[in-house]
Amino acid sequence: MIPATFDYVRPSTLGEAAAALAEAGEDAKVLAGGQSLLPLLRLRLAYPSVLVDLGRVAELRGIEDRGDRLHIGAMTTHDEVVNSPLVNEHCPLLARATATVADPAIRHRGTFGGSLSHADPAGDLPSVALALDAEFRLASAAGERTVPAADFFADYLTTALEPDEILTGVSVPKLGPDWGCHYEKFHRTAQAWAIVGVAAAVRHSGGAVVEARIALTNMGATPVRAHAVESALAGVPLNGSGAGVREAALRADEGTNPPSDADAGADYRRHLAKVLTRRAVIAATSG
Amino acid sequence: MAQRKMTVTVTVDGVRYEEEVEPRLLLVHLLRDRLGKTGTPIGCDTGNCGACTVMLDGRSAKSCSVLAVQADGSEILTVEGLASGDEWHPLQRAFHEEHALQCGYCTPGMIMASLDLLQVNPDPDDTEIREGLEGNLCRCTGYANIVRAVRRAAAESREVSGA
Amino acid sequence: MTELIERPAPEIGKARRRREDARLVTGRTRWTDNIQLPGMLHVAFLRSPMAHARILRVDVSAARELPGVVAAFTGADLGPEQGSLPCAWPVSEDVVIPAHPPVAVEEVRYVGEAVACVVATDRYRAADALEAIEVDYEPLDPVLDMEAALAPGSPGVRAGQSNKAFTWVFSQGEVDAAFAGAPVLIERTYVQQRLIPSAMEPRAVVCDRLGEDYTLHSATQIPHILRVMLALTTGIPEHRLRVIAPDVGGGFGSKLQVTAEEVVCLLLAKRLNRPVKWTESRSEGNLTVHHGRDQLQRISLAAESDGRIRGLKVDLLADMGAYLMLVTPGVPLLGAFMFPGIYKMAAYDFRCTGVFTTKMPTDAYRGAGRPEATFAIERVMDELAHELGIDPLEVRRRNWIEREEFPYTSVAGLVYDSGDYGAATDRATELLGYAALRAEQAERRARRDPVQLGIGISTYTEMCGLAPSRVLGSLAYGAGGWEHASVRMLPTGKVEVVTGSSPHGQGHETAWSQIVADTLGVPFEDVTVLHGDTAISPRGLDTYGSRSLTVGGIALLQACGRVREKAKSVAAHLLEADPGDVDFENGLFRVRGTDAVRSIQEIALAVFTAHNLPDGFEPRLDADATFDPENFSFPHGTHLCAVEVDTETGMSRIRSYVAVDDVGNVVNPLIVEGQVHGGIAQGIGQALFEEARYDEEGNLLTSTLADYLIPSAADLPDFVTERTQTPATSNPLGVKGVGEAGTIASTPAVVNAIVDALRPYGVHDVRMPCTPERVWRALEESR
Repeated sequence: MIPATFDYVRPSTLGEAAAALAEAGEDAKVLAGGQSLLPLLRLRLAYPSVLVDLGRVAELRGIEDRGDRLHIGAMTTHDEVVNSPLVNEHCPLLARATATVADPAIRHRGTFGGSLSHADPAGDLPSVALALDAEFRLASAAGERTVPAADFFADYLTTALEPDEILTGVSVPKLGPDWGCHYEKFHRTAQAWAIVGVAAAVRHSGGAVVEARIALTNMGATPVRAHAVESALAGVPLNGSGAGVREAALRADEGTNPPSDADAGADYRRHLAKVLTRRAVIAATSG
Repeated sequence: MAQRKMTVTVTVDGVRYEEEVEPRLLLVHLLRDRLGKTGTPIGCDTGNCGACTVMLDGRSAKSCSVLAVQADGSEILTVEGLASGDEWHPLQRAFHEEHALQCGYCTPGMIMASLDLLQVNPDPDDTEIREGLEGNLCRCTGYANIVRAVRRAAAESREVSGA
Repeated sequence: MTELIERPAPEIGKARRRREDARLVTGRTRWTDNIQLPGMLHVAFLRSPMAHARILRVDVSAARELPGVVAAFTGADLGPEQGSLPCAWPVSEDVVIPAHPPVAVEEVRYVGEAVACVVATDRYRAADALEAIEVDYEPLDPVLDMEAALAPGSPGVRAGQSNKAFTWVFSQGEVDAAFAGAPVLIERTYVQQRLIPSAMEPRAVVCDRLGEDYTLHSATQIPHILRVMLALTTGIPEHRLRVIAPDVGGGFGSKLQVTAEEVVCLLLAKRLNRPVKWTESRSEGNLTVHHGRDQLQRISLAAESDGRIRGLKVDLLADMGAYLMLVTPGVPLLGAFMFPGIYKMAAYDFRCTGVFTTKMPTDAYRGAGRPEATFAIERVMDELAHELGIDPLEVRRRNWIEREEFPYTSVAGLVYDSGDYGAATDRATELLGYAALRAEQAERRARRDPVQLGIGISTYTEMCGLAPSRVLGSLAYGAGGWEHASVRMLPTGKVEVVTGSSPHGQGHETAWSQIVADTLGVPFEDVTVLHGDTAISPRGLDTYGSRSLTVGGIALLQACGRVREKAKSVAAHLLEADPGDVDFENGLFRVRGTDAVRSIQEIALAVFTAHNLPDGFEPRLDADATFDPENFSFPHGTHLCAVEVDTETGMSRIRSYVAVDDVGNVVNPLIVEGQVHGGIAQGIGQALFEEARYDEEGNLLTSTLADYLIPSAADLPDFVTERTQTPATSNPLGVKGVGEAGTIASTPAVVNAIVDALRPYGVHDVRMPCTPERVWRALEESR
């Protein structure tokens, strides 16, 4: 199918982009990599009046080492994230989860910021950002602000971004070598979206969990932090029967409100969250 | 300023084109309907099938999910630009030799996705090939011969490069 | 003096690389959507968002005013000229064939049904114009469930009419006696979910008019049938209509259809006197390319306590959708004869009820009726084995037809000409490592491994090579089943073949060249194959039902034989010998016991010059043949599949897959292997991934490839394929069809494996597709 008409702006600086967006009004849409937006336009599920294409805004692209955090520009492609030595060294959870996003060709075009702004509850990256307590940098013609991940994802396909705001980048904490991590994605085919996903980063020492960061994909309208599991995991021994991890993982669905949709029933999602959380924690802490 | 028509310049299979387009024109329609590059077909409208895969500035991309205006200034390689004269690219030869196509509709995209895969990973195992091609759907072959073809092309290319 | 050439290797049986590939791998293809004609206009259809509604008003006036819009029509505007889309298979006396206007006039009966069309200068403007059309609908009750649709008081797909489309029954033997007092009785209900064929090339039509002559290009499997049907539907005389199927990107039955869009494009070219093009999008295609399967199967099997089958009863509900399209009601009939499978039994009872619903019509999809039947019998054989506590291979052995019993008349009245079920099964079990897997399965069961192993078996046969005309006629099919070929030698000794088969990925150009090369003794490279254009190939019945080689290939063989005989008479004349003394081998005519030789190429030139031909010999070296076989072909084989089922998540993963098929003699083993691979993949798709789902209002939930999941390379295993070779006796090449066999075989193999893995948990069935959630729920329910 074929998109409806729209006007198009291609700024080359963030300032121009913010100005264009401010001028264009509420029906404007930001175009990042377009890998989610183009299908929506083609199916005529979205009718933006103007597209503000960030593709040429160089300052939004790239990964920087900023002390104890990494800054990832919103227009950095998934492929760049997956292959970034910085991300692989300091934040391997992000690299691994991003490697499961869509397929190679889409990862060449699709962007980190685009995925997060789209905020699809079945998307893999929002839960990772939430688990990592990522900080989101938002800019508009009026100025800049920082929003924590917990506040960024507001609702189904809805974020803290105002219509005139642009996500410029995200900063994530560097996790030291005592952290293990894993993204456990459960989907029916390689192309299919996650029915449930579990992003897990676990700091462990001396054969026991010190602290854990766990967040769930597609267990509600927004990604959900599995706080109950995180607290239950603290101090749990990792060798032996694994009963501690198993027990803790059984709390994975606490505080979630998973959907029942064409892909799966809510009860099945709750069950999967527990199984997959256990597997994610075990994978994160082995090897 | 927002624009309703734009001039884009693209180089496709070594030929430079300048076209005035609506911003909503899909790259694949620019290729097919405006430039006559019909070697790249369209199989879906959600970016799932990969039939329209081309190399966009050196990396695989689904040309149905890219606006022509986004590709302004880019270099595009399609399946039509792979062979030199009657000398086929190793992937084209391998797809032929291994019977990796039947109706052939997915083949251009499958070959372009394989080209990208092999430039990143010149010696993929079967699992890497299958995962590398997960964005390209084929309804005829069951993929077994496609996997063999990519393996064959990889071996041939490694031989040629003396690796 | 003729130079003796070395005896070439026989082409038939050789893994020739396909000549079709040259254009396909280089992108120099001829897909219908590639065609650009001067002044060509683009067509788009406005489609119903309602499953069932009365059309109160369609207003296209605003659309007509938009820039670039040339015309817009409602169904009423097209009027009686658009006729009714044909159903060519009135299966029974009681069949109801409703009127089916290509663009709806009074009522819409499925989501996606066309209600108006626009014609514009390009596809973008055509798409825009659709949004300017206003339609008022009065909603009517959707009819979505077959059993509910048949219940008294159900809303009708057509007001005041029953939702029953037809009933069709078959009975053989003393069924009641077979079931009365049977020591073992198995009764099961299986759901054959609705599938979307999903050929990679979406449909496309280009139609041009020059004066009173029309040329219609379509991504179709059936240019010949389409021409006849379009002439009958629109009144455009057959001789004024040329239909071309250029390169066609897969069909699997979905392009065996006379579609609304083809009829409308023809009418638009007529009314506007301009060339028009329509190309569907995938999301449009998922809604409106005919769907496949969708049956509810109640199957009962009576057996002795040693597992020998006494009788079989099948009661089928088949979802027709809202209308009967080209062969919609015939699909379950093709299955009717296959429920008994490869097994001996004395009594069989079959009943099928076709049911109208407010969904897209169903029609042929790879296997058409036979996958459904094979699934049911192969599932039930596993149930029988479980009931008796014997190995599922053993229960099959006790019932199948032995090699020496062929030809064998099945309880359904088919004469299976040849086969060796034991040989294929023995080889398949060896390749899979059946015994070792059973041992591993026992270990996993013993240690209560959360990942259980299941082994699935499918010992199938099928009837294909659709033909014979007489049999099709006895089943009320509207056409014959013959196929045509003509062969002509050119002055330089090259050969042109015209075939009535219409390939869309199969590789006819290659296989046909191999047949010609061997029968005329010419090099493979010297043959060209023309097809898919009614002006070039005026006679044919096209490609479906695994019929091309077993019918069209034999027509070709016979035409070649006639050319050879003609050439021989010329050779004898030139060599001054009696034709009875002339032998032909490897392209050379030789007078027995002498050195006198002429090559067939020399004969071709001699015929062209016509200087010295036998009296009365017309100077042309060509021949036609039409073949109508006496029987179907019956490929068979054994497919085995090992599946690991994660009992915690319900996820199934195919670990290994072995297929040993017997398709008789083989012209090109490479092509045969490819057909088997692709067939297996589609059958696995049904078993694990695919389902066209409608919601309770009749909206299709799987209208894109993001929702309708077809497997990628990452979702499928490698396949181990081998063949046994038991020649068919119904044709001189000894060949059997192969196009559908893999799909027919693989679905039950996979589901049997999953159920086999779950037996210790008390799970004895999982409905298709066996999604992780369905497996998990089955486990939950039995826990």
